[in-house]
Amino acid sequence: MNPRRQKRLFGILAVVLLVAAAVWMMLSALSENIDHFYTPSEIINGKEGVTPSIGQRLRIGGMVVPGSVKRDQQSLAVSFDLADTGPLVTVRYAGILPDLFREGQGIVATGRLTENNLIVADEVLAKHDEEYMPPELAEKMKGIKHVKPDNLQSESKTDSGY
Amino acid sequence: MWKWLHPYAKSESTYRLCQTLLPWFSISAAITLISGLILGLMFAPADYQQGDSFRIIYIHVPSAITSMSAYAAMAVAALIGLVWQIRTAYMAMIAIAPVGAMMTFIALFTGAAWGKPMWGTWWVWDARLTSELVLLFLYLGVISLYKSFDDKIQAGKAAGVMSLVGVINLPIIHYSVEWWNTLHQGATISKFDKPSIAPEMFWPLMVNLLAAVLLIGAITLKRLQNELLRREIHRPWAVKTLLKEGKS
Repeated sequence: MNPRRQKRLFGILAVVLLVAAAVWMMLSALSENIDHFYTPSEIINGKEGVTPSIGQRLRIGGMVVPGSVKRDQQSLAVSFDLADTGPLVTVRYAGILPDLFREGQGIVATGRLTENNLIVADEVLAKHDEEYMPPELAEKMKGIKHVKPDNLQSESKTDSGY
Repeated sequence: MWKWLHPYAKSESTYRLCQTLLPWFSISAAITLISGLILGLMFAPADYQQGDSFRIIYIHVPSAITSMSAYAAMAVAALIGLVWQIRTAYMAMIAIAPVGAMMTFIALFTGAAWGKPMWGTWWVWDARLTSELVLLFLYLGVISLYKSFDDKIQAGKAAGVMSLVGVINLPIIHYSVEWWNTLHQGATISKFDKPSIAPEMFWPLMVNLLAAVLLIGAITLKRLQNELLRREIHRPWAVKTLLKEGKS
């Protein structure tokens, strides 16, 4: 490679490296400051020694505790408990839940902490994992039988028929 | 070692090469696209959690992966153009850009359509979605920067530098799901581990991925040919080619 081309190549590499360093520093600063994401045990026990204050807006991610979903018969209001490995946090929400919302499903909710273990959410989103498989395989491998809440009644009827 | 590449700095031989490759790319793209979609939409089983909605994966994942590969290809063309100052490399760069932008848009659009029923929202400002949106803006930036210069060598240089700087975004998109808490789930196939998808769902996806690559290739080749003709319209070879193709 002749010296002029070499000079250009190194010039370009230097610019790309500089921008990469700048972006990396920006992103690492962002991830320290903007992340208001908590798990249920972090809300109760604190995240790196700091517990979120009451009234703070935050995001919480955890599993819906089976049997904890309570729906209001007259409105869309619903309340359920979220857990990861330790204590439970109750979430209250009024609105349409995503299709994937089920007991045992991973959920991300955004809202305000009103008591130390109660969150009033204005958005509930379902998170799913990166695994895709047909239902029969899921049943065999994981022992889960995913049934939509609306079909729950009819499914249990057919089961009791055996 | 790279001597065999040198003729393609000349626009006429690049045009001929595109001419030879184009039918192969377009025919195989059509075959894989049709068979991949039939396999994915009709024969792959439904997902245990998401049911039939998961089938949007057969459009979403190929377009998302190729939107990034197209960007990488565009950046390589820009690098060759900048370092070795080869005009055809800039033309290849600008031939890829709108195709990559289209794939990025398809990935974002199908992602939104998938997110609404499954997650419960069209859009969240999470790291994966935001960085993919930045990729779309990078493509649009490269295209508009190129269009804003009348001198196309200058245009190629400016747009080339921009596309090289934007390469930083590619690892950010790929690792965003590991570095941050995102609503978007982790990687299913583009990882060193075994893909976490059942084989009868995985193979149609591979066919679709191949189809997306071939489709991008075919459109880019045609665009490159057009760009070559447009830029060299005064040259004898271009005039001759146009007259010959006009007659047949």
